[in-house]
Amino acid sequence: MNPELAGRVFPPVAPYLVGREKIREFSRAVFATNPINLDPEAARAAGYADVVAPPTFAVVVQEHTLQQLLAAPDAGIDFSRVVHGDQRFVHHRPIVAGDELTAQLTVTAVKSLGGHSMVTCDSVMTDAAGEPVVTATSTLVVRGDEG
Amino acid sequence: MSDVQQTPTMPAVGDVVAERTVHLTRDALVRYAGASGDFNPIHYRDDVAASVGLPGVLAHGMLTMGIAAQPVVDWIGDPGRVLEYQVRFTRPVVVDPETGADLQIVAKVGKIDEEARTARVDLTVTYAEQTVLGKAQLVVSFA
Repeated sequence: MNPELAGRVFPPVAPYLVGREKIREFSRAVFATNPINLDPEAARAAGYADVVAPPTFAVVVQEHTLQQLLAAPDAGIDFSRVVHGDQRFVHHRPIVAGDELTAQLTVTAVKSLGGHSMVTCDSVMTDAAGEPVVTATSTLVVRGDEG
Repeated sequence: MSDVQQTPTMPAVGDVVAERTVHLTRDALVRYAGASGDFNPIHYRDDVAASVGLPGVLAHGMLTMGIAAQPVVDWIGDPGRVLEYQVRFTRPVVVDPETGADLQIVAKVGKIDEEARTARVDLTVTYAEQTVLGKAQLVVSFA
């Protein structure tokens, strides 16, 4: 992997409009049964504008930013050797149906460890008003030849 | 934030606040692939999994992470109260085509911040008697 990737900031990806049915579909897929995830009336009764996404939903948007990294011609990342190492979400506020999220990727660290390479990156997501919503951080491990 | 659901009172460090066993099947993996957009074939094709040296079709790490948060969401009563969530993926979950896989989730309070009105909840997620997530922690708000 190219060590000079560290510190690189990619251009923001096209805004992602969070749909109510997408939240419901994702909720069912992660076995979420809370009414605030599924029922707009329950969400409104709890003080939200619409259904609230499960805590890991931002991965759907983050994925678009990681594709930029994997596709970067000078990154030198062999996708077939990539393993997900760590994942973290920090929410400034919950994601709610109707949000338009713009995500931007920054590579924060590139490391080598025992023949493997590790790249850590932040995808910072902001809403249509430019306010921060969530930061998704992934560490991807690229296995070495012996892996 | 929530009028309809009762938010639990602040727990104490060491309290086990949720426990659950979730049965995973291959169709759950296909459903997650569609919902998340992660169509890596190691999550639904035995031949591809075998060709890259895996012991079988694996659950998406992000599916395990997503499922593991749900007992905590149900305890706190509101998905919007999860401020932070992190895991390390330490072992794969092999999902047998016929018998599936069982995930055991135990959620225990690791830390309380009285001033911020938050609790850190530590998850132990086990499959085939081995933990599959490391340093799995949520920070939830009682504010």
